[in-house]
Amino acid sequence: MTDTPGGVPERALLVFEDGTAFEGRSCGVRGERWGEIVFNTSLGGYQEVMTDPSYAGQIVTFTAPHIGNYGTNAADMESRGVFAAGFVMREMSETVSNWRSEESLRAFFERHHVVAIDGVDTRRLTRHVRERGAMRAVLSTLDLDPASLAAKAAAAPGLVGRDLVSEVAVSAPYVWGVDGPCEGGVPVDTGVLPMRPRHRVVAFDSGIKFNILRNLAEAGCEVIVVPPTTSVEEALAHEPDGVFFANGPGDPAAVPYLYETLRGLLGVRPVFGICLGHQMLSLALGCSTYKLKYGHRGGNQPVMNLLTGKVEVTSQNHGFCVDYASIGPLVPEASGGHGFDPGDCAAWVRAGAAPVVRSELFGLVQLTHVNLNDMTVEGLRTLELSAFSVQYHPEAAPGPHDARYLFEAFARLMDGDDDLYAIKDGE
Amino acid sequence: MPRRNDISTILIIGSGPIIIGQACEFDYSGAQACKVLREDGYRVVLVNSNPATIMTDPEYADRTYVEPITVEVVERVIAIERPDALLPTLGGQTGLNCAVALAEAGVLEKYGVELIGATLEVIKKGEDRKLFAQAMERIGLETPNSTYAYAVADAEAFVAEVGWPVVIRPSFTLGGAGGGIAYNIDELRQITASGIALSPVGEVLVEESVLGWKEYEMEVMRDRNDNCVIVCSIENVDPMGIHTGDSITVAPAMTLTDREYQVLRDASFAIMREIGVETGGSNVQFAVNPHDGRVVVIEMNPRVSRSSALASKATGFPIAKIAAKLATGYTLDEIPNDITRVTPAAFEPSIDYTVVKVPRWAFEKFPGTDTTLTTRMKSVGEVMAMGRTFAEAFGKAWRSLENGRGGLGADGRDTFDETHFDERLAIPNEHRMFYLMEALRRGRSTEELHDITAIDPWFLAQLQAVVKVEGSIRGRDLSSLTKAELLECKRRGLSDAQIAHLTGALESEARARRLDLGVTATFKAVDTCGGEFAANTPYYYKTYEDENEAERSDRKKVMILGAGPNRIGQGIEFDYCCVHAAYALAEAGYETIMVNCNPETVSTDYDTSDKLYFEPLTFEDVMDIVDLEQPDGVLVTFGGQTPLKLARALEDAGVPILGTSPETIDLAEDRKRFAEVLDRLGIAYPAAGTARTLDEAIEVASRIGYPLLVRPSYVLGGRGMVIAYDEAYLLRYAQQAAEVSPDHPVLLDRFLEGAIEVDVDAVCDGESVYIGGVMEHIEEAGIHSGDSACCIPPFSLGEETIATVRAHARALALELGVRGLMNVQFAVKDERVYVLEVNPRASRTVPFVSKATGVSLAKVAARVMAGEKLADMGLPSEERELGRYCVKEAVMPFGRFPGADSVLGPEMRSTGEVMGVAGDFPSAYAKSQLAIDYSLPTSGTAFISVCDRDKRGVVPVARYLQGLGFRIMSTRGTARLLKASGIPVDEVRKVHEGRPNIVDSIVNGEVQLVINTPFGRETRSDGYHIRTAAVQHGVSNITTLAAALASVQAIEVIKHGSLDARALQDFERSE
Repeated sequence: MTDTPGGVPERALLVFEDGTAFEGRSCGVRGERWGEIVFNTSLGGYQEVMTDPSYAGQIVTFTAPHIGNYGTNAADMESRGVFAAGFVMREMSETVSNWRSEESLRAFFERHHVVAIDGVDTRRLTRHVRERGAMRAVLSTLDLDPASLAAKAAAAPGLVGRDLVSEVAVSAPYVWGVDGPCEGGVPVDTGVLPMRPRHRVVAFDSGIKFNILRNLAEAGCEVIVVPPTTSVEEALAHEPDGVFFANGPGDPAAVPYLYETLRGLLGVRPVFGICLGHQMLSLALGCSTYKLKYGHRGGNQPVMNLLTGKVEVTSQNHGFCVDYASIGPLVPEASGGHGFDPGDCAAWVRAGAAPVVRSELFGLVQLTHVNLNDMTVEGLRTLELSAFSVQYHPEAAPGPHDARYLFEAFARLMDGDDDLYAIKDGE
Repeated sequence: MPRRNDISTILIIGSGPIIIGQACEFDYSGAQACKVLREDGYRVVLVNSNPATIMTDPEYADRTYVEPITVEVVERVIAIERPDALLPTLGGQTGLNCAVALAEAGVLEKYGVELIGATLEVIKKGEDRKLFAQAMERIGLETPNSTYAYAVADAEAFVAEVGWPVVIRPSFTLGGAGGGIAYNIDELRQITASGIALSPVGEVLVEESVLGWKEYEMEVMRDRNDNCVIVCSIENVDPMGIHTGDSITVAPAMTLTDREYQVLRDASFAIMREIGVETGGSNVQFAVNPHDGRVVVIEMNPRVSRSSALASKATGFPIAKIAAKLATGYTLDEIPNDITRVTPAAFEPSIDYTVVKVPRWAFEKFPGTDTTLTTRMKSVGEVMAMGRTFAEAFGKAWRSLENGRGGLGADGRDTFDETHFDERLAIPNEHRMFYLMEALRRGRSTEELHDITAIDPWFLAQLQAVVKVEGSIRGRDLSSLTKAELLECKRRGLSDAQIAHLTGALESEARARRLDLGVTATFKAVDTCGGEFAANTPYYYKTYEDENEAERSDRKKVMILGAGPNRIGQGIEFDYCCVHAAYALAEAGYETIMVNCNPETVSTDYDTSDKLYFEPLTFEDVMDIVDLEQPDGVLVTFGGQTPLKLARALEDAGVPILGTSPETIDLAEDRKRFAEVLDRLGIAYPAAGTARTLDEAIEVASRIGYPLLVRPSYVLGGRGMVIAYDEAYLLRYAQQAAEVSPDHPVLLDRFLEGAIEVDVDAVCDGESVYIGGVMEHIEEAGIHSGDSACCIPPFSLGEETIATVRAHARALALELGVRGLMNVQFAVKDERVYVLEVNPRASRTVPFVSKATGVSLAKVAARVMAGEKLADMGLPSEERELGRYCVKEAVMPFGRFPGADSVLGPEMRSTGEVMGVAGDFPSAYAKSQLAIDYSLPTSGTAFISVCDRDKRGVVPVARYLQGLGFRIMSTRGTARLLKASGIPVDEVRKVHEGRPNIVDSIVNGEVQLVINTPFGRETRSDGYHIRTAAVQHGVSNITTLAAALASVQAIEVIKHGSLDARALQDFERSE
């Protein structure tokens, strides 16, 4: 129970733009926050979700009913703080039980000035969002009038067209494991830093998760994290072997500067993109993006690697998606001889083939990964320009490690080996 | 990869009878596999000796052999059916062991049968602890420090290195049989010695103790494309040291960060790959040090298991079904998720609720045995409960157990042993959770209780929150409780009964108050995906939330109340009946709604009924569903005692009861009224009386005469029942055991000594009666019918007697007004037929009768209840010649309960049953014995010692044995008698006559067969020591003369090797 010291739980109210209201107990600080309401179906890893900057501008609902059981700790931080607008839970635990725990979730919320609510029928909420789609919402402990909050939600700006990247990114470059991101200091857990780095990577911070950096380090890379507004020339001045484009919040179409920079680096250095980084590569290739009804957020999304035929259980967090077919016409002879619509992912999965389309400016682009739940695009690569990207999170945190092979693949790409998926996970 | 077309016939081996450690979860998994393989066009051949299973219904396989699961028999089946492949991973340890034995005997090679799902190498690596430890070392995973012992000295040497305590695990035994934890040298010697004896390879693993560590299980699946998924993680509330089958568990894992969880996930996959499980499901167990997170691998099972059944029910991901598909070539991404239908099975279920499993023990049936919970499984069943939160699910689980409790204490039935209070907390036992809750109620801190129990503080805090809610309403007036308070009570899992107790109200008042205030149940779907996708399978659990998802349809609907947890006296047989009822009623056009809380069963498969509510079978929980569904009828007579107990209360609440009325049920149970019925019909019954005081008992006894069957009036199922041969024993029993008083009267019946017992299962539609089967018991009256062997058709009864039995059954069914199933027990003595009791409901023998006769009585009964008439069903003549003998034999769990007496009596103690089918009775009986692994000896020494009553009858038995080449050994009395009959006998000392004595002979392996019939209750007597030694040393042990007679005939049949194998499908054709 979330009794406040006085014994009476303080109330909180969550109201959607369509007037749907959820009453519960306040379990963070007092305040009022607005954002897009989303749900995440991961069973564990709430701290990693809470500190994932990609959730900026969103109020995150956990479908797992017990949150906070194992407390929080400095090593599991995925960024320097909390960027999401708020959190919704069925039951937050006041009791913490884990040998790594350093702070209860309530204390964590207080330290990070987080507004949160528990005691909510989160399944009802999830079903509502599933049926009606993502929408704006307001979470408040101050104003407990549903009508008033519904009006505020309706008046709040949505995600489309908003640049949230600049709100979460660092403003000055730093070297992973050597300096800290801005005021944060060097994170407690930097992963295993290479004694003698094989590669230097410039990583554009659009809200990058620490575990991406840990994975790059473990793949033998020295990583220089740079602000998203870094120019091509500034990036190249670091003499990188490859460039990395990270995850991040909001509408990919709202950060043209980022994908334009990426376009400038295409063919100059090997490029690897994750999540927003995948959307940046796609947009750079001339592809369009669209918003999913309610997105993919969780740790159990099945993705097929069309090049190996294997299924990866993946961690995901995205509300926008790439329209692969908009890149250009199919090249059947490079697509296993099949002539399906390049956008018909289900057909390609069934055929066990990866389609290749031709972009006017950038040459052949191959669809590499497909989400088996809804047959949407999860990854692609250029066949002529040493660039690849995935929509999901191979760095996990939280979630399965099935796709970690991609970091090795990036290292090999920087070595000049573009047979990306020769090494499979588990070998 | 698509379906394999190079194989067409697949052999599946079932798990045989229900025993401790192997219950109906393997019927669930096997039935699923049979179904899915047949749907996919494979020809399925099945061998399973358990007739009470759904999988052995003839329509589940193309060829069904209800035969002993032995290498010889299965080879015979292979020779007849010539399967291309054997799928060994669905029949539990029994099926797996048999597959290994077949492979090692060269049978599979000889007939070109491929092992699919798991190869011989994989099975061995997974099962052999040495190979397993080596494999783990290769992939860098730790296992507890350990050594193998082949003698006690090896174990002592190891302890000298690692210190106390140590865990001892015999190699290749089921459910950890023979294992234990040793804290001192005596225990070490004893457990090591018995473990080595029980292990088929004479080997035990002695292991560093990880007692008190956190325990986790991962349910893993892998396909031939190396795609791996975790279906479910399970955290044990009880830390390491208690067998997982005896542990309270929760899903998903509650106290692991994502990093720690992913370590276990990665390790699980690495183990699958290293062991080489190419396709299918496995269970991997880990221990995690709560202080530093060190992970050690405990074991893995390369097959479906009890935990995989639990995981399937907990998540909606049908592991066995998918494992069968994977074994035949499919990959996870090619198999659709049944529940969402739009997404593939290549994913990991996300659940937005909490699942708790609590085991069900039956120690009260085995006085004298050690009730401490250890690494050796002792529970006989389990319940699963779902709630949004742990506390809610936990509370539900504890009221699902069918132990007369309204929850985990606070129900007015708490009693505590104050002298040993802390001991009950510290040493794991079946009541520990009650003591834990009470300790919290008494204000003891979670820190202290963690120190005592090593249970994770998070769980303790959840329980403390429940105690706090209890405290907030305790002693208050019900009418003062607010909606918010009542809602909080329900959300913390308190039952209406507990709320009533805490507020001094009646349960009905508590319920009324809560409904008045609008605290009503909501139902949520189990959808595998945390609500991300729409679910198409109506599988629900109850909680108290804003939104209810279960919708009532406008179809005609029937609700079937299941049987709850398996326990002694109520097992798979009743689940079988419920499943058949669901099928029959669906065919009759009804929407079927199943309610049950046993995760091991077929009834709780979401495929079995139109709707499934996974809920406790209490008045409260059933009524909440009734309020929503408003069924046209509720079926209470198929699930055994559990739903029957609710019948009256449901009827009083205005719920339409389908079939036989609660009034009829009462009439049959009320001794006085029932006697009037029998008098009216002119049917004989044993003289009886009721005593409220000791004097009354003496008076009734002198009127009726000894021997007497005596039992307390307030218990069912033969609980506490004894046979009294004299006044001294009667008085001792009445005073001490039954505590006779005006509130606790004792029932006394004349015991018809030496009578033949007969059972009848019948269906009545109000106009006519269909006798499904007449079963003649092998053991004489006085042995609980559930524990005795019986035969269809009767093998020794005269036609006139059988006709009388049938006529009595018919008359009773019509007179009582039965609509549906009825079981009547008769005793035949001196050509006279007595009625012992009538149960107007499904009985334990319904599946056996159905298999033996080919008529599904449960289905017939369900159709009758739906309004059909027997006359219109085209049933075969009940008096037709079957052309075969079918013997049902009970399976006793004595090996699990050292110290408990193995003598059979009026109290049921068997866990399951097998069936033997043959053209003659001795062969059928022989098969039934082989099926239980009683391995009747065919040569050696038979020890015979019988009570005076049996002295005369035993002579032919001894002569028979002599003729078969056995040496006969006896104690003085019996020896004198046999010698007098001209049978050579070796005389041996009784236990109290000094040494060496008969027990020494048994221990030394000089005796292969024991025939020892007891007289009265001679606990701790010679007979007790003899039987206990026989059980411990695996010597066949017969305790009734009737069974001895049948056994010697069976031994003859086995010696001649003339046993055949017959498929059920051929029986149907012959009719």
